[in-house]
Amino acid sequence: MFLLLIVWFSAPLLAVEVRQFAGPEEKQRYENLLRDLRCLVCQNQSLADSDADLARDLRDEVYKMIHDGKSEQEASQFLVDRYGDFVLYRPPFKLQTVLLWIGPLLVLMVALAVAGHQARLRVRAAGARLSVDERARLNDLKNRLGE
Amino acid sequence: MRFLIPLIVFLLLSVFLAIGLTRDPHEVPSPLVGKPAPAFTLSRLDDPQRQFGSEQLKGEVSLLNVWASWCTACRQEHQILLALAGRVNVPLYGLNYKDEREAGLGWLQRLGNPYRISVSDPDGKVGMNWGVYGVPETFVIDKRGVIRYKQIGPVTEDVLEGVLLPLIRQLQAEEATA
Repeated sequence: MFLLLIVWFSAPLLAVEVRQFAGPEEKQRYENLLRDLRCLVCQNQSLADSDADLARDLRDEVYKMIHDGKSEQEASQFLVDRYGDFVLYRPPFKLQTVLLWIGPLLVLMVALAVAGHQARLRVRAAGARLSVDERARLNDLKNRLGE
Repeated sequence: MRFLIPLIVFLLLSVFLAIGLTRDPHEVPSPLVGKPAPAFTLSRLDDPQRQFGSEQLKGEVSLLNVWASWCTACRQEHQILLALAGRVNVPLYGLNYKDEREAGLGWLQRLGNPYRISVSDPDGKVGMNWGVYGVPETFVIDKRGVIRYKQIGPVTEDVLEGVLLPLIRQLQAEEATA
């Protein structure tokens, strides 16, 4: 049972091959990239997580580029050129994705506007509901404050 | 009037979700459509001594079908590909993707060979340059060697009749120098 658990929990780690790196910084760049790139076959997994054949090939390719001293930018561009922006977990900001980026902000602004409008209506409605006596007291208070 | 607001929001959401449902999330639009076919030179499947390359795709409208003997969906489309030649006069080239040469040749012998030429891409490097992420995939290439369409998944009767044949005829009518 215990052994089974070990195998179970270590399975995702097996997807990543053993690699040689020039230094920890290079290793870091490689791993960052794999986390930010999407596997085309199993689309809800990153290249780092996926065990698909294609993911393995793409990892090889990314490794080679990083090892050759290419920048992360160049490596991800290589994949974008072939598979489109879809391979990026962080979509770039451009015309097609504008709604994706500013959509939540727009929704928030609309919600605030509606809430503000509602609040003002409620205040006005509350004001209209005052009795003659209350109105007189309110005016009285206002006058006193004004002095 | 105010009760209309939730209704409008609901309808808007429904429209967006309905559009979403008609899309296949597995189809990743290719950035290569509209671009020159990525260059390659590979050995022919039937004769490894001879080469075939992307330069030879220029001059006429052609199809490049990515296939493998281990791919079940390829078997599904094979009959359609065999019938294709009878419908329209267009060369069909095969890219034998990550396959064993013997397995690929055996497959063509058993099921028939719809291809003018097949090339082997044993490690999938050329496939990667072409943005292949699942077999089968079929590219429509115009006279200038520019990719004009990519079919992801098997070519079905509907795809052939509805998309490929009209497009091929349209491209064949285009000027080569356009």
